[in-house]
Amino acid sequence: MSVVDRQQWDVVVVGAGGAGLRAAIEARERGARTAVICKSLFGKAHTVMAEGGIAAAMGNVNSGDNWQVHFRDTMRGGKFLNQWRMAELHAKEAPDRVWELETWGALFDRTRDGRISQRNFGGHEYPRLAHVGDRTGLELIRTLQQKIVSLQQEDFEESGDYESRLKVYQECTVTRVLQDTASDSGSAAGGRVGGVFGYARESGRFFVLEAPAVVIATGGIGKSFKVTSNSWEYTGDGHALALLAGAPLLNMEFVQFHPTGMVWPPSVKGILVTESVRGDGGVLRNSEGKRFMFDYVPDVFKDKYAESEEEGDRWYEDPDNNRRPPELLPRDEVARAINSEVKAGRGSPHGGVFLDVSTRMPAEVIKRRLPSMYHQFKELADVDITAEAMEVGPTCHYVMGGIAVESDTAAARGVPGLYAAGEVAGGMHGSNRLGGNSLSDLLVFGRRAGLHAAEYAAGTARPAIDDTQVDAAAAEALRPFSAEAAEAAEAAEAAEAAVPGENGRLAGAAPENPYTLHQELQQTMNDLVGIIRREGEMEQALETLARLRVRARRAGVEGHRQFNPGWHLALDLRNMLLVSECVARAALERVESRGGHTREDHPAMDRAWRNVNLVCSLTDPDDLLPAVDPARGRITLTRETTEPIRPDLLALFEKEELVKYLAEEELYE
Amino acid sequence: MSSYEARFKVWRGDDRGGGLADFRVEVNDGEVVLDIVHRLQATQAPDLAVRWNCKAGKCGSCSAEINGRPRLLCMTRMSVFDRDETITVTPLRAFPVVRDLVTDVGFNYRKAREVPAFVPPEGVGPGEYRMFQEDVDRPQEFRKCIECFLCQDTCHVVRDHEENKAAFAGPRFLMRIAELDMHPLDAAEENGLDRKRAAQDEHGLGYCNITKCCTEVCPEGIKITDNALIPLKERAVDRKYDPLVWLGNRIRRRTSSE
Amino acid sequence: MATGTEPRPPGGVRSSTRAAIDAPHLRTDRWWLAPAVTAAGLLAFIVYSTWRAFADADYYAAPYVSPFYSPCLAERCEPMHAGPNWEIFGGWWGISPAIIILIFPLGFRLTCYYYRKAYYRGFWASPPACAVAEPHKKYTGETRFPLVLQNIHRYFFYAAIVVAGILTYDTVLAFRDEQYAWGHMGLGTLVFLVNIVLIWAYTISCHSCRHIVGGKLRHFSKHPVRYRMWQWVGKLNARHMQLAWASLVSVALADFYVYLVASGAFDDPRFF
Repeated sequence: MSVVDRQQWDVVVVGAGGAGLRAAIEARERGARTAVICKSLFGKAHTVMAEGGIAAAMGNVNSGDNWQVHFRDTMRGGKFLNQWRMAELHAKEAPDRVWELETWGALFDRTRDGRISQRNFGGHEYPRLAHVGDRTGLELIRTLQQKIVSLQQEDFEESGDYESRLKVYQECTVTRVLQDTASDSGSAAGGRVGGVFGYARESGRFFVLEAPAVVIATGGIGKSFKVTSNSWEYTGDGHALALLAGAPLLNMEFVQFHPTGMVWPPSVKGILVTESVRGDGGVLRNSEGKRFMFDYVPDVFKDKYAESEEEGDRWYEDPDNNRRPPELLPRDEVARAINSEVKAGRGSPHGGVFLDVSTRMPAEVIKRRLPSMYHQFKELADVDITAEAMEVGPTCHYVMGGIAVESDTAAARGVPGLYAAGEVAGGMHGSNRLGGNSLSDLLVFGRRAGLHAAEYAAGTARPAIDDTQVDAAAAEALRPFSAEAAEAAEAAEAAEAAVPGENGRLAGAAPENPYTLHQELQQTMNDLVGIIRREGEMEQALETLARLRVRARRAGVEGHRQFNPGWHLALDLRNMLLVSECVARAALERVESRGGHTREDHPAMDRAWRNVNLVCSLTDPDDLLPAVDPARGRITLTRETTEPIRPDLLALFEKEELVKYLAEEELYE
Repeated sequence: MSSYEARFKVWRGDDRGGGLADFRVEVNDGEVVLDIVHRLQATQAPDLAVRWNCKAGKCGSCSAEINGRPRLLCMTRMSVFDRDETITVTPLRAFPVVRDLVTDVGFNYRKAREVPAFVPPEGVGPGEYRMFQEDVDRPQEFRKCIECFLCQDTCHVVRDHEENKAAFAGPRFLMRIAELDMHPLDAAEENGLDRKRAAQDEHGLGYCNITKCCTEVCPEGIKITDNALIPLKERAVDRKYDPLVWLGNRIRRRTSSE
Repeated sequence: MATGTEPRPPGGVRSSTRAAIDAPHLRTDRWWLAPAVTAAGLLAFIVYSTWRAFADADYYAAPYVSPFYSPCLAERCEPMHAGPNWEIFGGWWGISPAIIILIFPLGFRLTCYYYRKAYYRGFWASPPACAVAEPHKKYTGETRFPLVLQNIHRYFFYAAIVVAGILTYDTVLAFRDEQYAWGHMGLGTLVFLVNIVLIWAYTISCHSCRHIVGGKLRHFSKHPVRYRMWQWVGKLNARHMQLAWASLVSVALADFYVYLVASGAFDDPRFF
């Protein structure tokens, strides 16, 4: 095996979205030499897609807002499955994280008295989202990027080298978290972190960054679904890296389908239409012109939402004396409602519903308040949203589940030195995330992850990584170039053992096209583990996934290692397949409907499931070969009972409300 | 839905050479050029290198040149072309090529580092920042920039003159200087940093001859020339070329040296 | 696949590190049209105005004075009743008096941010059009003499204000008849009116003006009046190109009208 370039750092951050950059800034400011690795160019992360805003209870627009109210909204939105300590920290710290962005140069939209303006959003009781038009994510990422550059400028002043203490490895992919073999922790799973193994996309060269602490901030898994608002980067890398390193994932069944994605033209299907369209007065109508959301207000929210169109309309002007329109219900409710309308034959021509601002605001106001939506529809669909309604439908948007972390430190469970923040971390949002809470989540827990990773690294000896691990990782990464007969035969044999009858097609078959495999995976997840789920379909999905896993072993690529997208996709397939299995398996297990998990065969929320977490871990971490038995797969699922909510936090809610969520025995404690 | 077969020429190669390769490929209703590049990857050229990310015109990754014009692949609809037209796609021609449609855009990241960052005002803590919408409007326009670097690519100062890359920051980063200079709370001046003068002396503002190609190619519709570069030039004039100020400085210097 | 094996000329888009494409550009649209039209338009004006500026004749037909000859600053100027005659230059000035004054509007337009773009593209081909390689080996832009002088644009703007003021005065004088009686109007008055409105609009929409009235400020919120002015100038400024052309044509037309009337080729139709 060729010698792989090795470098030493204190903290390695995987992912350069909001959470990764915030973690890197914190780690560097705490004195740790920090490296950031990202798949795209620096500053292109998926965070730029966030439109609505950053939820933080600053109370600039409505002084009634405070962290307790924000905490309550977050818990309600997550249907009380949230890791409550995370929700508490998040609500308390979000304002500081927003204000600190201003000291780094961020320019939010202002109130008349010069403070940060805040806007309404689904599920938030008060106007709470700090925003910049509808490009808040871009502002966030640019601010963090520029803060990183300013830290590098400081380092340059001191050392003459911009990258002496903080370096961004852009267009690099991490394929393995490596173990510290000096610590002699013995077992393969759950050993201490020693660094990461990755390759540079441009050159195809491998590298190892040795570091005692690794922060995973890779975002989500949306690219496993066909209709998604997520970019190509969202292949569940971080989830898979953690699993493979021995860390468990939490509540992977909760996948948020954003209610309003574009449905036409086909090539942009899934691209997001920001929720602020509704926050600023946009309404949903079916093909009969009816504002159907009034028919879909669930009992738990009945007294919080308007009952008539008139009351809903009054709310935009006078929110204190009116209830909000049901278009602003949490995302899961709206997505399901749209789904039902379309199913009932009341959809729009391209299979969505109508989202209309054109009849409710003058054209100039629309262009000023929703500039990038105007732009997006004009450019991509040739639709003028100031003159006609948009067609929208649900799109896979966010995964609430993720790496199980300790609330305070963002440390991944079971693997010392491993941290996770942002979408890749689980728990914070429970079963459903409120709009605007993701950007604040990134900042709050990004900072915490960076802080604790830096502290941990400072108190830990330099790791050592043996060549065996590196060689194994390199061999795994090179596999798609040698998807030759030997491997194909071995895989086919295994497949035959597990799925008799399939071997005719598999044995000795030519290398698989990774693009085809990816499309099949997306179709499977979309159709069988999508927004509405059924037991039989999910079982079928698990079988399909097992077959895809076998075929993915033979994913072959042409050409060489230099910027070869086919190769990159072939490697990402491993991660998508692992994560998809987690989603399908957990979704099959949870026999209730809650937040981002809807079972047609179990349509009601079940209070008995309120305190149950489903935890996924790798069945056999040492086994690089895929287990092809669909019943077993590679993932083992365990149930865990959550820690009871702290009484003072519980006391923030009315008893009548808690009754709807909590089991009897929880209430009496 | 109607589909047809389009003719494409896509540049393939690397830093050692290459050329335009011909393809015939299916095109469906409502597609953009990036969809076609993806179809080529999936069906005819799996190792065709292209940079992309959000596919919604928000990240600025998929910059390339289509029929010789710098554009985002994801924001160029196929419907703007005639069906019998051959569509030529090449990498950005102002930067070193890496492979196929991917170029080395490191120039831009180096220039970004050379622009001194926002200087927070002293004595104003987090949460105490007070700024008014009319004051942040101007820099906010520049912060719409998605860093696709199409303006850097099209600007003839560096596109046609490699040797100017050392001295010239390019429209994107001159705009960044304008943004910071217009930031209502930037305290650079109080800390001895004159952004107006630095724009001219250190970042090559004088190379710009305001021929507006940057504005023409900007996918965000930012008025780079009229709202950033020319105002910055005027600010530099305040510092450097206003004869009265110059005379004043001359006299002051002479009297102080006597 | 390769498009040729001959060594590529170094520099610009054909530098060795860039994608190997020999064509200086791959644009398929009529990119040459805009610079060609610009160059033709400017050239036409240059030819016309040179002729008229040096003609030293047919620039006054009471009550109209050609904008090319106003103010008229030499002794040799035709006497214009209450008109813009100021004999600052006395009798030694031997050529057309238009030359003295035309320096200012010429300098204003020559250093104008729009015209710079127009002639850099149209005459200098620097660049001819976006993403079309320019033919020059070296480029230093406006960093050196003489182009560094473009930075004095604001002083020409101040001069242009004075000139526009005088042309306004001329327009007021055009509300007389041939006998200098007030309260009359002819077709020429209308031509002058249109011209002066366009001249002002072009002058006020200047980028330097936009800077001076408010653009240089950091806090608009502290200067509400200047902020208003800046917004107003900004709206005009967005049309700077159109105004530059419209006023160029109108000033030439105004001059040509005076020429026609003064040379006797045409009789100014009087309205009242």
